Amino acid sequence: MMEGPGAANANPPEIARGKRMKQMKKASPPSSKTLPKASTGIQGLDEITGGGLPRGRPTLVSGGAGSGKTLFGLEFLVRGATQFGESGVFMSFEELIPDLTANVASLGFDLDRLVAEKKLFVDHVSITRSEFGETGEYDLDGLFIRIADAVQRVGAQRIVLDTLEALFGDLPNPGIVRAEVRRLFNWLKQKGLTTVITAERDQADRLTRHGIEEYVSDCVILLDHRIREEISTRRLRIVKYRGSTHGTNEYPFLIDDQGISVLPISSLGLDHAAPVERVSSGISRLDGMLGGKGFYRGSSILASGTAGTGKTTIAACFVDAACRRGERALFFAFEESPQQIVRNMRSIGIDLEPWVGKGLLQFHAARPTYGGIEQVLLLTHKRIISFQPSVVVVDPVTNLLMVSTQNEVRSMLTRLVDFLKTQGITTIFTSLTAAGSLEASEADVSSLMDTWLLLKNIEVGGERNRALYVLKSRGMEHSNQIREFVLTGDGLRLLDVYLGAEGVLTGSARVSQEMREKAVVTFRRQELLTQRRELERKRRIFEARLVMLRAEFEAEEEIIQQTISQSELLGEEVVQDRGQMVLSRQADSSSYKKEGRAKVAPTR
Amino acid sequence: MPTTKTKTRAQPHKRDLRKPVAWNLRLYVAGQTPKSVRAFANRKAMCEEHLKGGYPIEVIDLRKNPQLARGDQIVAIPTLVRRLPLPLQMIVGDLPNSVLLLVGLDLRKVA
Repeated sequence: MMEGPGAANANPPEIARGKRMKQMKKASPPSSKTLPKASTGIQGLDEITGGGLPRGRPTLVSGGAGSGKTLFGLEFLVRGATQFGESGVFMSFEELIPDLTANVASLGFDLDRLVAEKKLFVDHVSITRSEFGETGEYDLDGLFIRIADAVQRVGAQRIVLDTLEALFGDLPNPGIVRAEVRRLFNWLKQKGLTTVITAERDQADRLTRHGIEEYVSDCVILLDHRIREEISTRRLRIVKYRGSTHGTNEYPFLIDDQGISVLPISSLGLDHAAPVERVSSGISRLDGMLGGKGFYRGSSILASGTAGTGKTTIAACFVDAACRRGERALFFAFEESPQQIVRNMRSIGIDLEPWVGKGLLQFHAARPTYGGIEQVLLLTHKRIISFQPSVVVVDPVTNLLMVSTQNEVRSMLTRLVDFLKTQGITTIFTSLTAAGSLEASEADVSSLMDTWLLLKNIEVGGERNRALYVLKSRGMEHSNQIREFVLTGDGLRLLDVYLGAEGVLTGSARVSQEMREKAVVTFRRQELLTQRRELERKRRIFEARLVMLRAEFEAEEEIIQQTISQSELLGEEVVQDRGQMVLSRQADSSSYKKEGRAKVAPTR
Repeated sequence: MPTTKTKTRAQPHKRDLRKPVAWNLRLYVAGQTPKSVRAFANRKAMCEEHLKGGYPIEVIDLRKNPQLARGDQIVAIPTLVRRLPLPLQMIVGDLPNSVLLLVGLDLRKVA
C-alpha cells in the first residue's frame, strides 16, 4: 500500500517550482527594488500598504470577535480571483462552507460560482477534540497535503487560513502544533503563496491567542471594532510591514454591501489643483457679491447660520443651478428626507424633482447616528466615487456632532474637504450655529473653507429678517455688504439693506424706510416743479413787462423823434426867413449867413 | 488463557454486540516517512494481537490520494480512523503506546 513513494513525493515540489516560476514572472514590478506585492482589491487598503500584501509571504490578520477577519480573507481571495486573475484557496477551520457562502453572499460575493469556475477552492477543516486520543508523535502533513491539493486544483496563488489557531485548541500536545505551524509557514513561503492567516485577539496586549505572530514576521494587520458612546467604529492598523513603508495610523473601515472599504486618511496631501473656473451660485445677486462670477470650481463653501436662516435653500439653489448646467449633483441630507427637501424647495419656486428624474441629482439621506463618523465619511466617499458629481451638498455638517466629538468631526471634514478638492468637486457645507456665536462655526471648520457665507437673523421692529453676507472668500474680490435675503414664491432674492443711524434695517423697517424715502423724493420733486413753474411765471411776467416797456419806449421815442424833426424844420425855417430878411435889407449875404446859422443853433 | 476469560466475562454484552459487526480501520499516512512506517508496523502488530489478523487495515497514502484527506477530516499524520463500529474514532500519532491505543479504539485483548 505504501509502495512507490518516490513518484508520490516528486509531485508537490514540482508543483511548487512551477508555481514559483509563474509567480516570478507575474510579480515582476516596474522597480525591482520594491517588495513585490499582491493587490488586495480592498478599497483603500492597497493605498495604505503601497500596493497590497507582501507577495509570496504570510500576512497575519488579527482582531477580536466580529472584527471582520474572515471577510477580510474572503474578500482578498474573491478580489484576487475576479480582479487580478489570481485564484485562491480558503481553508476554514471554524465556519462550515455553506454558512460561509451564505454569509458573504449578502456582500455580493458568489462563492459557488467562483468555485465552479475553479477560481476558488473552499475547504472546511474540522477537528473535533472528543474524537481524538493521542498515541504518540504526529505531524500536520495531513493538513499540508490538503492545502497542497487544494492549491494544485485551482492553481492558487493566494491562500487564507481562517483561523489557524483552532489547531491549538483541538489538537493534543501544543508543542508539536507549534513546531508544525512554524513548518507550515515556511512551507507556504517556500511555495510562494501569498497567505492571509487570521487569528483571534483575546487580550489587548496580545495579537493572537497562541502567539503565532512570532512566526509571521512580514506583515501584521490589526482589525478593531470598538464602541464609543453607543456607536461602533471599525478600525484597521498595520502593525508591521517588513520591507515596505506603510501608513501607520488607525484607519477606519466599513463593511457594507460591497465588502470592506478602508479609508486612507493621511495619504491625502495638500496638492490638489486650483481651478480658476467659476461656477454660479444660482443666485445672481450672490454671484455679484462674489466678484460677479460666483464660486471657484472645486472650492468648499460654508453656509453657516442660526436655525431657519435659509442654509438649505442656498444649497438647493446651487444644486438647481448645477443641474441646469447639466452637471451632476449629490445631496447629503442628514436632517431631512429627499421628499421633504423637494417639497420645501418647490414652495420657493425651485423644482428639484425633474433633476432627480433625469438622474442629475441624487439624494443620500440618512441620520448620521446610523453609524460612526467614520462610516459617514466612508459612505460619503463611496457615494461620491460611484456617482462622480461635480457639485456636492452636505446638509448640515453640524449633525455629525451628534455622533462624535468636535475633534473627530473636524478631522473627518478635513479629510472630506481634501478628498472633494482632489476630485475638483464644488461643495456647500451648511452649518448650524448657535445664536450668539455667529462667527464661530459649530464644528470649527471655517479655516477649511474657501468661501464662508454667513446667514443671520436680524431682529428689528418686532420681526426677524434674514440677512446674508460674505464673511470670506479666498482668492476673489467680494462684497463687504450685508444683503437682505428674501424667500419669495418665485425664488430667492437678495436686496440691499439700509444702514442708518438706527443700524441695519430689514423687512418692514426697510419697507417703511423705503416709503419714507419715496415720500421725501416725491415732495422734493413737487417742490422743484413748483419752483420751475414760478420761474416760468416770473419769466413770463418779465417778458410781458419787457414788451410793455418796449412799447412805452417806442411810443416815447416816436414822440421825441417827432419833436426833433419838428425842431429841425423850425430851425431851417428861421434861417430861411432871416436870409430873406437879409436879402430884403440888402446886407452881405454870405458872411451873415454863416454867422447867423452859428448863432441860431445854441439858442435852441 | 484464564486472564482473557475473566476479562471476557467482565463485559459479556459488549463482546456479543461487537461480534457480528464488521471492523473498518483506516490508517492515513503521508509517504514513507519514519513515522508512517512505524505507525504501520505498530498497527499491524496490534491487529494481529487483538483482532487476530481478521480485520485488515486499509492504509491510505495521502501523497497518492490527497483528496481522501478531506473525507475523514485528516489534519495530522499518522491518523488511525475506526470507521466501524460506530462511533467514529480517530487516533493521532505513531502509536508506540499500545495501552493508550487500546483505550482509544475500545479494543481488548482476545484470546
